[in-house]
Amino acid sequence: MADVNRGNRPLSPHLSIYRPQLTSITSILTRVTGNALLVGALLVVWWLLAAATSAEYFALANWVMTSLLGKLIMLGSIWALWYHTLAGVRHLIWDNAMGLDLPAAYRLGWAVVIGSFVLTALTVIVL
Amino acid sequence: MVQLTLPKNSRIRRGKTWPKPEGATKLRKFSIYRWSPDDGENPSVDTYFVDMDSCGPMILDALIKIKNEIDPTLTFRRSCREGICGSCAMNIDGINTLACIYGMDEIKGDVKIYPLPHMPVVKDLIPDLTHFYAQHASIMPWLETKTNRPAKEWKQSIEDRKKLDGLYECVMCASCSTSCPSYWWNGDRYLGPAALLHAYRWVIDSRDEATGERLDELEDPFKLYRCHTIMNCAKTCPKGLNPAKAIAEIKKMMVERTV
Repeated sequence: MADVNRGNRPLSPHLSIYRPQLTSITSILTRVTGNALLVGALLVVWWLLAAATSAEYFALANWVMTSLLGKLIMLGSIWALWYHTLAGVRHLIWDNAMGLDLPAAYRLGWAVVIGSFVLTALTVIVL
Repeated sequence: MVQLTLPKNSRIRRGKTWPKPEGATKLRKFSIYRWSPDDGENPSVDTYFVDMDSCGPMILDALIKIKNEIDPTLTFRRSCREGICGSCAMNIDGINTLACIYGMDEIKGDVKIYPLPHMPVVKDLIPDLTHFYAQHASIMPWLETKTNRPAKEWKQSIEDRKKLDGLYECVMCASCSTSCPSYWWNGDRYLGPAALLHAYRWVIDSRDEATGERLDELEDPFKLYRCHTIMNCAKTCPKGLNPAKAIAEIKKMMVERTV
């Protein structure tokens, strides 16, 4: 039968109905942390530029950076940095076509998530 | 490109609730995606109630029961009812699988059924797979040889044959490709897990003599490298195959042949 409605077909739902998986969440978080770190890094650069500009300007920048919000952003950045690093290591393992069977991939996923929090806590203690 | 929301003509409206069967004691609620090309309306989700006491154990049993006893207009593909034809692939309870081999006891609560995600809908649970099949054809899913044809068959050692296990079993149901966010956003150019699994199946076939050409064909930022190892494909495959691994093997071969 001739298809009379080819142009007007609806697109079936996707993101809104697909169940999140550990592997898909850890994958998108790699991207999110990577982009967030860019913003965090810009903040640090701004802080350093302020230090090179004037004492008054640095006082302002330093106040922002050491405020509760600034500290939260830096804490988040530490976690993001660890998460992104561990996820990167996971990609290096995968690039060797290893750790791709589902049980192994799930172990790696949990290792990245738990590892990122443990390393963040250690970093905060050491600093 | 990434478009998180559905186009205007695809937004889902509230559907019809069909009457409960009379005298039934063990009812189960089914929410099923509906769209008809004939009435010009947006898609909807209809609600059906199925008597579990007189229904088979699989999702497909319930769909056939609904079609036979409640709503004959409900449209879906099915054929073999034993997981070998790949026709009844759909999104059930948030994952893509075959309705005929997915048991209703594997689902807690109400059963939600949608067509395979991010595909043009022909009607109800039937997606248009034209592009998916064309991508499969584009990877040359056949044996390519240059040497003279042997007197009998092309021979292969037991070890070489073993390399095809976990690849040849694919039934092309499209569950994996339509579970892949990369395929959702870039399906026009990214080949997707199913076609790439098939590509690898021919790349590592010891009898095939076009390995180089096959890899040349795949060496493309979109065709192959849109795979970001999200692994929805391997998680959802109703046959238990691992397209993510096959794709990683192709990427590895790409590196190995240049160093």
